[in-house]
Amino acid sequence: MIALVAPFPLFPEQASTIAPQTDALFIFLSVVTGGMSLLIFLTIFYLAVVYRRRPDNELAQEEEAPHSLEIAWIIVPFIFFMSCFVWGSWLYFKISRIPDNPLEVYATGKQWMWKFQHPTGQREINTLHVPVNRPIKITMASEDVIHSLFFPYFRVKADVLPNRYRTMWFQATKTGRFHIFCAEYCGTSHSGMVGWVDVMEPTDYQKWLAGGSEGSLASQGEKLFQKLACNTCHTEDTTGRGPILKGLYGSRVTLSDNSEVTADENYIRESILNPQAKLVRGFGPIMPTFQGQVSEDELLKLLAYVKSLNVAPALSRREPAGEPVPHTPAKETKR
Amino acid sequence: MTSVTYHDVRLMEPAQTRNYLNVDYGFFSWLLTRDHKRIAILYMISVSIMFILGGFFAMMMRLELLTPEGDLLTSDTYNKFFTLHGIVMIFFFLIPSIPAILGNFILPIQLGAKDLAFPRINLLSWYLYIIGAVIGLYVIIVGGVDTGWTFYTPFSTQYSNTHVFGTTFGAFIVGFSSILTGLNFIVTVHRMRAPGLTWFRLPLFVWAIYATSLVQLLATPVLAITLVMLMVERIAGVGIFDPALGGDPLLYQHMFWFYSHPAVYIMILPAMGVASEVVAAFTRKKIFGYKFVAFSSLAIAFLGFLVWAHHMFVAGISVYSAMIFSFLSMFVAVPSAIKVFNWTATLYKGSVSWQTPMLYILGFIGLFTIGGVTGIFLASLGIDVHVTDTYFVVAHFHYIMVGGAVMAYFAGLHYWWPKISGRMYPEWWARLGALLVFVGFNLTFFPQFILGYVGMPRRYHAYAPEFQVLNVMSTAGASVLAVGYFLPLVYLLWSLRFGRKAGPNPWGAVGLEWTTSSPPPKENFHETPVVTWDAYDYPAMLKAMGETQNV
Amino acid sequence: MSAIETHEREHHPFLQHHFEDMGQQHEASTLGMWMFLSTEILFFGGLFLAYAVYRNMYEAAWIEGAHHQNLVLGTVNTAVLITSSLTMALAVYFSQWGRRIATFFCLVATFILGSVFLIIKAVEYHAHFEEGLLPGAYFTYHSALAPKVELFMTFYFCMTGLHALHMVIGAGLLIYFMRRAWRGDFGPEYYSPVEIMGLYWHFVDIVWIFLFPLLYLIGRHA
Repeated sequence: MIALVAPFPLFPEQASTIAPQTDALFIFLSVVTGGMSLLIFLTIFYLAVVYRRRPDNELAQEEEAPHSLEIAWIIVPFIFFMSCFVWGSWLYFKISRIPDNPLEVYATGKQWMWKFQHPTGQREINTLHVPVNRPIKITMASEDVIHSLFFPYFRVKADVLPNRYRTMWFQATKTGRFHIFCAEYCGTSHSGMVGWVDVMEPTDYQKWLAGGSEGSLASQGEKLFQKLACNTCHTEDTTGRGPILKGLYGSRVTLSDNSEVTADENYIRESILNPQAKLVRGFGPIMPTFQGQVSEDELLKLLAYVKSLNVAPALSRREPAGEPVPHTPAKETKR
Repeated sequence: MTSVTYHDVRLMEPAQTRNYLNVDYGFFSWLLTRDHKRIAILYMISVSIMFILGGFFAMMMRLELLTPEGDLLTSDTYNKFFTLHGIVMIFFFLIPSIPAILGNFILPIQLGAKDLAFPRINLLSWYLYIIGAVIGLYVIIVGGVDTGWTFYTPFSTQYSNTHVFGTTFGAFIVGFSSILTGLNFIVTVHRMRAPGLTWFRLPLFVWAIYATSLVQLLATPVLAITLVMLMVERIAGVGIFDPALGGDPLLYQHMFWFYSHPAVYIMILPAMGVASEVVAAFTRKKIFGYKFVAFSSLAIAFLGFLVWAHHMFVAGISVYSAMIFSFLSMFVAVPSAIKVFNWTATLYKGSVSWQTPMLYILGFIGLFTIGGVTGIFLASLGIDVHVTDTYFVVAHFHYIMVGGAVMAYFAGLHYWWPKISGRMYPEWWARLGALLVFVGFNLTFFPQFILGYVGMPRRYHAYAPEFQVLNVMSTAGASVLAVGYFLPLVYLLWSLRFGRKAGPNPWGAVGLEWTTSSPPPKENFHETPVVTWDAYDYPAMLKAMGETQNV
Repeated sequence: MSAIETHEREHHPFLQHHFEDMGQQHEASTLGMWMFLSTEILFFGGLFLAYAVYRNMYEAAWIEGAHHQNLVLGTVNTAVLITSSLTMALAVYFSQWGRRIATFFCLVATFILGSVFLIIKAVEYHAHFEEGLLPGAYFTYHSALAPKVELFMTFYFCMTGLHALHMVIGAGLLIYFMRRAWRGDFGPEYYSPVEIMGLYWHFVDIVWIFLFPLLYLIGRHA
């Protein structure tokens, strides 16, 4: 996934049409400024050694370096800076101008997840499936605070604002999975607001659009549980912001008004779609509703997963790295 | 070549005079003082405490970042720590440090004046600083704030559950400390120069502080009113910056950065002033291109007001305004470059000493150069789209603020320590400290340039596993840096009691401050000096020093 | 200039010891006040800028908000404040001539006029509250543009409130100066405190000259 020269990444992968262009300007800047800096350092070191203070050099000589140097080192850096401006602006124009016939995607940022919607109806959370070699135009807004959609291997980012649509675009040049990061601080789980772009061959992309699934209902539910970021609040221990789900199904639950209910199928379903209806005692009303985001099929998968948590040992929690997560397309989303 | 040697002036016995430290005793003689030198000491103590506090937050952050998971601190706590690190370091350490400590102490003496123009306002400035700091400490104790030092809306106004009002109020108060200090310095430089001290005979430190003061005076009020509007929105629930109620979050950003960009020049200009002083003293040479360096300070101050939206290139401003700000940002790099080249050229045929202040300043020049050129990266629009909001920016500003401003502050502290305290610090321990700071700093922050370019965003509590090695390197460097900062705290305090007593001019430097005793008398000079020589005119000054009574 | 022995020469009772002479002290204080006023320009300026941005975005609501201001009271206040600047200028003039009683009474007149301004302002604020125009929890005004009118009113209260705060501070300072004037502190060699008080007062007046048309007079042309 990442070309590792050293045991850690020194340079990010190039996965978009813009990436090599950004890198070219970066390398130009690095070479010129690095060279200029090195020259300055060596000059300083040389002068500080050659003219160091010794008993026979207690006082400086009155001769100075030629003053025409002053003009030279104003003009030359200025020309260099202007070239950076021109090149940088040219690149910026390319990043800003959306090519013709892009594939459209809609993105919403909200604390603390990315929701992507394809025009054909697929909804994804924290994952974005796109075809390779095709310009992708993302139209986006935030549901709450300012976020920033960042694709480091595509070298593009743009802030996502509340109440205002913005657009950005990229064209991926190789298949694979690449990071999505939120790049504008947005609260508690800002660093958890991450995901993956899954760039696929056009035929695979078509297949994905059409649907496909694998695994048991519960394991699909587990993948969905992680994909929907439920695990960020419903952790396996008591540090989470939501109640522990292991052993929940079928147990008695005390609510915030001190009444008791049994955690059956309907309770679990309602807790996903209308979390404020029955608040568990000791927890705040912070769970967002997934109404409209999970289809009935998906609710079933989640239910199966939660039920499976009563069985010990629990299913493996960690999704193996590098494995693409197939998305079961929503058949009928309830509004 | 003059025939006078420096040994005559350098090793003179310290006179047994009353000085500003022992002329009065008692708690209230300090807390109600109007002496700019004592006020500088008051600032030194309070600012140092805040530096340690800000450093504590940094240490916790770097410890957390040893591992990719967020396992040391909760997310909320980490977010509060990076917010408080920024607020404490910027408002309570960097902005006051050189101006309020070294500027307060040295500026009047370099002007040949008895005090600043408004001594009582100077004391008020310190009290405003303390009130702001106490409010800040209170906020930290009752739970902190987690908005980032930038307080972007609508997160800070509508979504944060932390003490936003308290923090912004504390910042508001401490802003007035900064404004009044700037006001005082400007009037002092204009109206209280000694006879014969024309503008182009001023030390470059004075030019730098003067330029800084202009920025403090004119930029800080804009932050003040922005914070007022933020506080109003937070309290009254109105929508000045909230898009849901018709407000514009980008207006907040424009107004915030209109101050906060010039603020970074408040932080670096005084450092550049110290650099000029130290380079001149430790090469025993007039700074090359004196007038260019003097005017470059003014140019930086002016141009600094024109570039604020380079913090907003991906925020949603138009492509055309982005281009304008990128263009102007390139301009502000030119006067900084002039300074670096001129300091370098001063070394030519000088008498270059490798004593501690010079070591810090040589480090400053190198690290400031790196920080400055990475600013060009950020000003280049196409690159900025990729690296903004990543660790590349974090590395850039730490190179300037820590590798630059803090190292220059330490240089100035060591350079003027004999004047302030009447004692010399232990030279070899000091050199060790400088070395540790330099090495530790680079190990901490250079990996962050790489981290930023490979994509690690800033303000991240947990990060992708492949970023770990670089983060571990950074934390290792931070530990070395911490030791490097701890050493001066120990030996400078030690020197107050056990350090070798200093004469009036231990460095053999040129400047009015070196013509009076160490420490100076309360009124700075026993007789008002009359200046007939140019700045850093070593041959002429030596002759004049032989005639003065100020020892 | 020759060397000065600080403790032996005769000097003016109000010469502060870090200054060489009264001339330097006067020039420093005046420059200091001008510098302070420049910060005030930037301080109010931020509000004016934000006001202008939103006026551009929500012009109709701004006009509606302006129409809810009391034009009579605003005009009276403007006249009151301009007159107070006259009395303040006269106070400076008389202090330069050392005319103790005249200085005192001009300062008193300035204070009274300033207080009249503040009282009228309080009346206006109360009226706004009664009409439900106080932004925040007590905003009960209804119209098609009500949310943006609330934003206008936020600016109205912030701008006039900040101005009123400066007036209150000015009034307090005037009391201090009335005492000193009565004591006979001021004369031809030492009048700069009154002069810089005058600068401050004129500045506060000028801010109002800007506030009045921006908040009261929009969209009121025939």
